[in-house]
Amino acid sequence: MGTLFGGAWADQLLAYRLRWKRRRLLFRIWRKRRQMTARTDRTAQIGPDDILLFATVRNEMVRLPHLLDHYRKLGVDHFLFVDNASDDGTAVYLATQPGVSVWTTPHSYKLARFGMDWLGWLQWRHGHGHWCLTVDADELLVYPFSDTRDLRDLTGWLDQQECPAFGAMMLDMYPQGPVQDAAYLPGADPMTTLQWFDHDNYRHQLHPTYRNQWIQGGVRERVFFGDAPQRAPTLNKTPLVRWHWRYVYVSATHQLLPRSLNDVFDFNADGRTTGILLHTKFLPIIGEKSTEEISRRQHFENSDLYAGYHRRLTENPDFWFQGSCRYEGRDQLTALGLMSKGDWV
Amino acid sequence: MTLGVVMLVHTALDRAAQAIRHWGAGGCPVVVHVDHKVDDARYSAFVAALADVKHIRFSKRFRCEWGTWGIVVASQAASTVMLAEFPDVRHVYLASGACLPLRPIAELRDYLDARPDSDFIESATTADVPWTVGGLDEERFVLRFPFSWKNRRRLFDRYVKIQMAVGFKRKIPAGLEPHMGSQWWCLTRRTLGAILNDPNRPVYDRYFRKVWIPDESYYQTLVRLHSNWIESRSLTLSKFDFQGKPHVFYDDHLELLRRSDCFVARKIWPQADLLYRAFPRTERATSTPNTATIDRIFTHAVIRRTRGRPGLYMQSCYPHMDRENGFTATPYSVLQGFDDIMPDFTAWLSRQASAEVHGHLYASDRAHFAGGEGVFRGGQSDSAKLRDYNGKMFLTDLIWNGRTHYQCFQFGPKDTQDISWMIAKDTNALISVVTGAWAIPLFRSGRAMRHVRKEAARLQQIEYKQLKILRSPYARARIHICSLSEFVAAPVDALQLIVDQIARYRGVAITELPAMADLTGFGEFLQDLKNQGMHPFLTGDFPIVKLPTSPAVKARKPYVAHGK
Repeated sequence: MGTLFGGAWADQLLAYRLRWKRRRLLFRIWRKRRQMTARTDRTAQIGPDDILLFATVRNEMVRLPHLLDHYRKLGVDHFLFVDNASDDGTAVYLATQPGVSVWTTPHSYKLARFGMDWLGWLQWRHGHGHWCLTVDADELLVYPFSDTRDLRDLTGWLDQQECPAFGAMMLDMYPQGPVQDAAYLPGADPMTTLQWFDHDNYRHQLHPTYRNQWIQGGVRERVFFGDAPQRAPTLNKTPLVRWHWRYVYVSATHQLLPRSLNDVFDFNADGRTTGILLHTKFLPIIGEKSTEEISRRQHFENSDLYAGYHRRLTENPDFWFQGSCRYEGRDQLTALGLMSKGDWV
Repeated sequence: MTLGVVMLVHTALDRAAQAIRHWGAGGCPVVVHVDHKVDDARYSAFVAALADVKHIRFSKRFRCEWGTWGIVVASQAASTVMLAEFPDVRHVYLASGACLPLRPIAELRDYLDARPDSDFIESATTADVPWTVGGLDEERFVLRFPFSWKNRRRLFDRYVKIQMAVGFKRKIPAGLEPHMGSQWWCLTRRTLGAILNDPNRPVYDRYFRKVWIPDESYYQTLVRLHSNWIESRSLTLSKFDFQGKPHVFYDDHLELLRRSDCFVARKIWPQADLLYRAFPRTERATSTPNTATIDRIFTHAVIRRTRGRPGLYMQSCYPHMDRENGFTATPYSVLQGFDDIMPDFTAWLSRQASAEVHGHLYASDRAHFAGGEGVFRGGQSDSAKLRDYNGKMFLTDLIWNGRTHYQCFQFGPKDTQDISWMIAKDTNALISVVTGAWAIPLFRSGRAMRHVRKEAARLQQIEYKQLKILRSPYARARIHICSLSEFVAAPVDALQLIVDQIARYRGVAITELPAMADLTGFGEFLQDLKNQGMHPFLTGDFPIVKLPTSPAVKARKPYVAHGK
């Protein structure tokens, strides 16, 4: 009884501390709002039920055309981009696109919590009451039935289920053979080049503080982090949320506050609908990007620890092995147990 | 004009209007009730837009909240209008704005004409049929529910608990036996009129006003008093999920709905343009509703919901390892000690049984996958660090990845012990242990006695701890433990057991034994350990005399004699 009582108290205390953490983060977001300047602000076009997409981008001209195409097909109504000092014309390109608003900032990506401070402000201002999708430029969302049902169908279902958040795991896609030797035409669908993935080497544990499921593993761990599994990339994400101005992402889109939003899974059944974020990081341009990253050091909390990882990415690695799985579409991902239909039929 | 439709409309007014036009075009008078929550401007626009529909009436508007009395009042009011204004209506169909007729309305009319006295209403007693939502079956008829389940869940739950604790029970009016069922019915004028004009109606209404979800029980109960012939099924196809919320039909259900041959389906997703274009279909058919395919698919979803896919960890599902089952996908064998006694045991077993036989998956250098591969299916790396970062998950992943083959692996006190509790509790695990077998490699290593003594003590300590786990009351695996001396005395029996377990019945009788390590002098070796003060009690007794090294194999007699 004593421990039970103590447990409840500890939990109350944690809840209290996290409440303040959330407020601190909101304050931080508010403080950093002036780091951005609006380049093209079309947010007046946002309708009351619109589905919004938020992303921070830097030199993503290669991926953007397909990204916009993919998410427009899925039914995103308005895109809100933060351009972090691109020099390949990303901001100019985005400004010409309909239904896209662009902000620019020259400030540090890392100090802005990897862009989450900037996006947090945009979500605070424009996201309230909307279904908000927060992704990176190299993440393409798929979910059960995504060929025939768009995000409006999905979010309508989630509304009916009273689920304010939707989970998706990142799935690293790679080509057959050395990464930089793969053929890819800038602007094309990355999935034509990146057809392969590891279908089950994912480790799950419960995060004691945020109560999300912490998933690590995948091809990056297999190839790069054999000696330091604790540093292997986190793969669980909660990219789609019916936003409230009180909400805040803690680290990337892996965790949210309040904690109840991280509740996107079941303990004994398979009842929640989840999706997959196809991660198109390993296009042939990864070498250049990693070279740049080694000097910029903007992508990880302890960049030094990840220097080796970025260096090896510049050495034209080959991820493919005999048992690699070829991507065949969303039904395959459901059958393999990487995502789930849940109750959605 | 034998069929009239009472329609309850809450949202998606444009789709409701479309459905009303379908019914109207099919020659059915429609009485529409629009939820009071819809604001006046939208309501007037809705009424105006339907001005050209011939036989349409709008009934007095009530506030309809899910699971409340308002919905029943609304249907009563609209039904009264229907009976009063359209005297030649013989059947009244209760539909919602999200219902869509799938077949030509004339076909539904023909169907009802052939059954002029039948009331189509799902109506089952709570005592016989367990309904799911909220666990409230009988309770919904005897408790009070003044608080909204949707908006004030905590108050709702607490009030229910208090009433149950106090033993409060409402009195059910005399003559009523509570029945429940789908709220979408089709009743004859005679029955519906009798329900609405019942002299006891004020009593019944007062009672049902406080019943939980009265729209699923009001007509379902009263119809038992008045009907001549109840067909206890709904003509409206609707599916409910685990929580009792209605499933939604989308464009990709088109074929499914077409093949169901049901007359009406709900709930149709307002954005399902394709469905609204395709239905009601125009070509006539005489088939009767057949929902087998739909039932199977939706039942599958409920199973997925309640059982999950055992052994699968994913973003939507995190089975508790402390639960009794569900953390591994299929049965597998853990073999301990055999490869110490018989060095090429792994190769031998892969020849004997159709199974994937791994070496020591939990060895300290790396995971020894079958065939010496560096990466197992699904991309599992053989790195010991990666494996030990989450040893349990390594095994659940391996079993899930290899679920098409039977998986076996070697285990022993030299390996990482993270999974000892997990496999002991796993009902899928078949664990065979030869205790003390670790002594054989030590014996054969020829290392100095003081090193051997220390190592032997360590291994014995570890194995002893593990055996305590395997023998604990929490162990649920199928476990077979024998000591080294017992095994050496009768190796065929233990090995046959393993082969049988893999075959899940009775495997092929063993005809060839793997070569055993030479045990000449093993007894002296054990005695030597004892003399050093380290008693190897797990090996069992070995005489100091020379043992026969490789006992001859006697083919076992089959249990069942084969006929000629």
